[in-house]
Amino acid sequence: MSVALRDRLQETREFRLRLGLIAAFIVIAFAVLAARWAYLQVSQHAHYQTLAENNRISIVPIVPNRGLILDRNGIVLADNYSAYTLEVTPGKLRNLDATIAALSEVVEITPRDRKRFSKLLEDSHSFDSLPIRLRLNDEEVARFAVNRYRFPGVEINARLFRRYPLGQRAAHVLGYIGRINDKDLQDLETREESSNYRGSDHIGKVGIEKSYEKQLHGVTGFEEVETDAGGRALRSLKRNEATSGSDVVLTIDIKLQEVAENVFAERRGALVAIDPRNGEVLALVSVPTYDPNLFIDGIDQANWDALNNSPDTPLTNRALRGAYPPGSTIKPFMALAGLTTGKRGPSSAIHDPGFFSLPGGSHRYRDWKAGGHGVVDLKKSVVISCDTYYYGLARDLEIDALAEFMAQFGFGRPTGIDIENEAGGVLPSREWKRKRFKQVWYPGETVIAGIGQGYWQATPLQLAHATATIANDGLLIRPHLVRAIRASASGAEQQTIKPLATQLNVRADHIAFVKDAMHAVTLPGGTAARAADKAEYAFAGKTGTAQVIGIKQSEKYDEKKVAERHRDHALFIAYAPAQNPTIALAVIVENGGHGGSTAAPVARAIFDYYLLGKVPGAAQAEEEPEDAEHD
Amino acid sequence: MPNTINIGYWVNRFLGRFDGWLLAFSGALAVLGLVVLYSASGQDMDRVGDQLRNIAIALLVMCVVVHLSPKWLEQIAVPLYVLGVLMLIAVALFGQVRLGARRWLSVGPISFQPSELMKFALPIMLAWYFQKREGRLHFFDFCVAALIVAIPAALIVRQPDLGTALLVSASGIYLLFLAGLSWKLIIGMGVLAGASLPLAWSMLHDYQRQRVLTLLDPAQDPLGAGYHIIQATIAIGSGGSVGKGWLHGTQAHLDFLPERTTDFIFAVFGEEFGLAGNLSLLVVYLCLIGRGLYIALRAATPFSRLLAGSITTTFFTYAFVNMGMVSGILPVVGVPLPLVSYGGSSMLTIMIGLGILMSIHAHRPLVQG
Repeated sequence: MSVALRDRLQETREFRLRLGLIAAFIVIAFAVLAARWAYLQVSQHAHYQTLAENNRISIVPIVPNRGLILDRNGIVLADNYSAYTLEVTPGKLRNLDATIAALSEVVEITPRDRKRFSKLLEDSHSFDSLPIRLRLNDEEVARFAVNRYRFPGVEINARLFRRYPLGQRAAHVLGYIGRINDKDLQDLETREESSNYRGSDHIGKVGIEKSYEKQLHGVTGFEEVETDAGGRALRSLKRNEATSGSDVVLTIDIKLQEVAENVFAERRGALVAIDPRNGEVLALVSVPTYDPNLFIDGIDQANWDALNNSPDTPLTNRALRGAYPPGSTIKPFMALAGLTTGKRGPSSAIHDPGFFSLPGGSHRYRDWKAGGHGVVDLKKSVVISCDTYYYGLARDLEIDALAEFMAQFGFGRPTGIDIENEAGGVLPSREWKRKRFKQVWYPGETVIAGIGQGYWQATPLQLAHATATIANDGLLIRPHLVRAIRASASGAEQQTIKPLATQLNVRADHIAFVKDAMHAVTLPGGTAARAADKAEYAFAGKTGTAQVIGIKQSEKYDEKKVAERHRDHALFIAYAPAQNPTIALAVIVENGGHGGSTAAPVARAIFDYYLLGKVPGAAQAEEEPEDAEHD
Repeated sequence: MPNTINIGYWVNRFLGRFDGWLLAFSGALAVLGLVVLYSASGQDMDRVGDQLRNIAIALLVMCVVVHLSPKWLEQIAVPLYVLGVLMLIAVALFGQVRLGARRWLSVGPISFQPSELMKFALPIMLAWYFQKREGRLHFFDFCVAALIVAIPAALIVRQPDLGTALLVSASGIYLLFLAGLSWKLIIGMGVLAGASLPLAWSMLHDYQRQRVLTLLDPAQDPLGAGYHIIQATIAIGSGGSVGKGWLHGTQAHLDFLPERTTDFIFAVFGEEFGLAGNLSLLVVYLCLIGRGLYIALRAATPFSRLLAGSITTTFFTYAFVNMGMVSGILPVVGVPLPLVSYGGSSMLTIMIGLGILMSIHAHRPLVQG
C-alpha cells in the first residue's frame, strides 16, 4: 500500500516537474517571438517602413509568350497576336454601371461585350483587371487617352491574344485556353506552380492546350522594380527574363482533317485516322464542332447556350468520349479470336438458317438477312457480315475468354493517347457485370456480344487503334497527337513520345487470313463493295451498324425527331493500301443507317485524298451537282 | 414552485461545467480574430458573418463536449483510436482526392478528414494507456506508445499532409514526455533524430524541401513561397511599436499579402497593431495556456492530467508555429492561428479541445490531497 502511495506521490512530483519544464519552454519560445518582433518592429522598423510606404520594391512578373501549335507540315493552328484592350478593375470603382455607361460614350461597347463582361465578373475577384473591350483600334486608344483622367480604375493594356486562325477546324484536338478560374488556381497551387502563373490570365482548358499546358506556357520571369507610393515604377533593380513556351508540333495533317470534316457535311459523327506504322494520329474528327476563339476571353451567354443546349452536343468530343456499340466492325477481331483459340479454323463452316438459338432455348437471335446466308465459312462470315456465325462463335468462346482476347486490342480501357479526358468504353465480362450491376451474366448476353451489341461500347479512337493494330500485323502502338516539342528560342526539336509498342500474341497466318477477309469486304460481293468501286488502290475494311437502343419518353411525342435520332449508327473501320498500309481509320456516322452506304464512302474520300491527293468536294460537285440537294 | 427550482438546478449544473477563465481568454481571442478579419478581408461583412457562424457551431459542439466526463473518455479511448486508424486506412484505400492530397472520407453527403479526429483520439488513447500501466512503466511501454503514435502519423504523412502529421505526433510526444519518458531515452532519441535528419531530408518531396530552403533564403523564390515570407516580414516590420492602426495597414490592403484572412492573418494584425498589439496577443495566449497547464496540474487522475497537458501544449504549438512562420523564423506549413484565423474546421478542433479541458476541470478533486 504505502509503496504504491509513495510511487504515486513520486509520479505526481515528476509530472509537476515536467509540466514546469514545458511551461519554461513555452515562456522561452514566446520570448524568442517577442525578440524577433522587437527586431523587426523596433530596430529594423525604419527599414521596413521605407520598403512599405515610401519606396516599395514590387516584383513584377514577366509573362512568357505562349507556344504555337502547328500541324505536321508546319501549318499554324494556334498563335498569338498583340492588341490593345480596355480593362476595368471593379474593386477600384465606386459605381461600376455608371463607369461603363460613361465609357461607352468614349469607346463603343456592344451589348455582347457587356454580357461577356458580366459573365467574367461572376467568376473573378474584385481586384482582377477585366477586359471590357478587346482589340481597340488606334483612334479608340487615342480617344480614351484624352479622357483617361475621368476614369480611375480603367486602363488600356497591350496584350498578347491567343488565336485559332482556322476557326473550328480540329477544335476538338486543339481545345482552347480560357481565363484562370478558382478551380484552376487551386490545381496550380496543389502542383506548386501558382508562382509561375503570376501575371498570367489564361490557361489551357481543353484538348492539347490543356494536356500540353506545361510546355506551351513557358516560365514566368520577374523584374524587381522600385516604385513610389502611387505604385509608379521608379527604376528596375533586377530582371530575369521569361522563357517562352515551347511550340507543339502535332501529328495531325490539317489538310486531311479538313477533307474529313467536310465529308461529314451536316451529319453528326466522328473519325479517327492513324498511321499504323507509328501510332501517329493523322486526323481526329468530331462533328459538329465549335469555334474555340469564342472561349478565350469568356464566351457570351447566347453563344454558350447555343453550344451547351444543342441536341447535337458540339462540345462533346465524340472521337475520345463517344461510346458506341461497335456492332459488326468487331467481327474481324472475333474471327481472329476464333482462330487463335482454335475454336474455329479457316474452313469451319455453318449452315445459316437466318437465326441462332441457344440449346434448349426458344429465343431466336436473328441474322440481319431474313432466311439466312446458306453455307458460310469463316472468310465469308466477315465478307457478308453473317450474324448467325458469330452468335455461335461467341457462345463457344464464352464471354470471359472473349473479353480477355479483346482487351489485348485495347477495348474496355483508354488507349493512353496524349490528350486529356479520354473515355475507356465498356468491354463486358462476368466480372464487369457483377461490379457494375451486381448481377450474374446470362448466356444470351454472350451471344449478342458476338456481334458487338449489348453492353459493349467502344470509342471511335479505340476502334481506329484496334484497326491499326490489325493493319500492323498485331503490333500494338499507343496512339499520340504530338510529334515534337520545339523550344521556341533555340528551335531545337525534341521528340516527345516514344510510342509504347507491344507485339500481341497472335499468329502471322491468322492475321493474314483476317486481313484477306477484310480486303474481300471491299471487293464485289462484300458489304463495302460499292464504296470501293473504281478505287485506284486496294483497301480493306469492315462495315458495322449499331442499334440505338431505348427511346426516351420525353421525346416520344415528336415522331419525326424520334425517327431521325433513333436511326442506327453507321460504322466503318478500314485501312489502306491493303498491302503495307499507311493509314487506318474508324468512322461513325450517327443515325446514318448502314455502315456500307453511309460510313464507308467517308473512308473512301479520306483514302482518296491521303493516297492520291484527290479533294472530294470539287470532283463530286462536277459529277453530281444534284446530289447536294438530295442530301 | 418546484419547477423553477428544478430549472435553476439544471441551469446551474449546465453552466457549472464551463470554466470562466478559459471562456474569457478564448472569447477575447475570437473577438480579436473577428476584428482583424474585418480589416484583412477588405471590410467584407459576409466573411465576418461566416466566421461568426463558424464560432457558433464550434460553441454548440463545445457545449456537448463539456458534458462528456473524463471517465467516459477513458472508456471510449480504444474504440475511438481504432476507429480513427481504420478511417485513416480507409482514406488511403478509397479516400477522395482534393487538391492532389488524399485526405477526405465521404459517407453519404458528409465528408470529413479523419486526421482531424486523430488530433484527439491519439492523446486520449495514450493517456488511457499510461493510466492503465501506471506505476509500472518500463522501456517496453514506451515502445508500445511510440507505435501508437507512429501508426496514425505514418498514415497521415502518406496523404500527404506533413503539417498535420507533425502536429499529431507532437501531441503524442508531449504526452510521452509528461508520462515520464526517461531522460536517457529522451537524449537518445534526440541524438537519433539528429542523425536521421539527412535520411528524412532524402525522403521529403521536392516542394517540401523547397519550403525549408526558402526559409533559409527567401530571396531565392521571390514569386512563390519566399514572396509570402518577404511580404509578411515587411508588413510586421513596418507596423512599428504601435502599428498603423486598425484598417490602415497598407501592405495587407494593397494585395501584397497572400492568404491574409487565414494562415497569414497575424501579419495583418502585426502591421495594424504593432509590437504593442503583438505582445498583448502573446499575453492572452500565455494566460490561456497557463490556465490549461493549471487544469492539468489540478486534474484528478493520471489520465486527465496527461490529456490536459497534451492538449494545452499542442495548442501552444499551433500558436507558436503559426506566429513563427509568419514572422519568418519557422518554415511555412499550413497551420492556422488558433481562434483567430478564418476557417471552420480549425475553430471546431480547438473548441473541442477547450471543451475537454473544461470537463477535466469540472471533475477535479474538490479537496487537494
